[in-house]
Amino acid sequence: MTPQLQAIDLSCRRDERCLFEHLNLVIEPAQIYQIEGPNGSGKTTLLRVLCGLSTQYSGHLLWCGEPMVAVKAHYLSQLLYIGHSTGVKIALTPRENLQWYLGINGIKTACLNQTIEQALHRVGLYGYEDTPCYTLSAGQQRRVGLARLFLNEAKLWVLDEPFTAIDKHGVAELETWLADFADQGGSVVLTTHHTLSIERPIHRIVLGG
Amino acid sequence: MRRDLLTAFRRRSDLANPLSFYLIVCSLFPIGVGPDPAQLALLAPGILWVVALLACMLSSNSLFRYDYDDGSLEQMLLSPVTLYLQVLAKTLAHWLTTGLPLTLLSPLLAFLLHLPSQAIVALLISMAIGTLVLSFIGAIGAALTVGLKSAGLLLSLIVLPLYIPVLIFAVSTVQSAVEEVSYGAPLAILGAFLALAATLSPLAIAASVRISVDG
Repeated sequence: MTPQLQAIDLSCRRDERCLFEHLNLVIEPAQIYQIEGPNGSGKTTLLRVLCGLSTQYSGHLLWCGEPMVAVKAHYLSQLLYIGHSTGVKIALTPRENLQWYLGINGIKTACLNQTIEQALHRVGLYGYEDTPCYTLSAGQQRRVGLARLFLNEAKLWVLDEPFTAIDKHGVAELETWLADFADQGGSVVLTTHHTLSIERPIHRIVLGG
Repeated sequence: MRRDLLTAFRRRSDLANPLSFYLIVCSLFPIGVGPDPAQLALLAPGILWVVALLACMLSSNSLFRYDYDDGSLEQMLLSPVTLYLQVLAKTLAHWLTTGLPLTLLSPLLAFLLHLPSQAIVALLISMAIGTLVLSFIGAIGAALTVGLKSAGLLLSLIVLPLYIPVLIFAVSTVQSAVEEVSYGAPLAILGAFLALAATLSPLAIAASVRISVDG
């Protein structure tokens, strides 16, 4: 099977400091990849490079065997990125936030509201659909962001510290979601300091040192 | 775009800021210059436009600020929909919440400043077109400076030179109407600015957003 995402000889420097050098990565379908490393070792930078948000790198990125620039549109439609800041507007309600998300991603489903309600239900925000996000707790706001996982047909999830501010129960739930997604053939790249308790092989990518 | 409008309405104080600025500064002029109608009428086109321009500039600072802070801008960049359309929608939403209210408020202030009534229509048209151009230009500046901590001064340095042609032709439109000569020519040039800004500036805005998020 052709690997989904491939990074060849990837190097990145920030202010004369080398974050990573000659990094070769292969992200294959149905696998989970955990990026580890101390604070400031370039985990977020690596994710941003993989997403195409940052261009300050040297090396090559391939998507399904094609250079990234050539297949950018296809790549973006298959990618779901949740960063440190989740992109949740606190002035809006969870429902409006997800409507916007579907809007900018050009996703049109017949039963839009139902899809959104189901997604919010799954992340445990049932009953909060129309509460403005600024009244929700940090963990709940985080969950609004995570609800996007269920709105998308993406094949690759890139998650930057997805467990931040999520309670114990939520962490266990999120781990099951990741495992289910990998079972269905999706690939996950995530950074976290937390030890994952998922019953499948997890590929570790260690940065720094 | 729907979301931008919604967000703007939820943040009522931000919405009211440029408007109250416009109202306050314009109503200070009769007090400062003196209530002589002839003198005020002479200055009115200039006052109305300069203050509207400043109000637009102040408000453009926050165009991408909140989206940058909460990560929405990253999501916009990663969406398969072209960034061109997205920034176009954002800029139009910005105009609907600043330029349009300013335009609608201007006849009231024109009355306050004794602008001759034959110039009101010209004022309205020039404000509607002009503030839209200002929104587009302001969005370029805002996109370029969004990654910086305190962008206020830099933003004004970037956008002011680009604002000036708009100001010149907008004021000359109103001035022509006051003098009861045809104001078609300056208005046409203003329209040309708008056509240019609406088609080309989203490219510049999109590129600037990319650079800012990259940094």
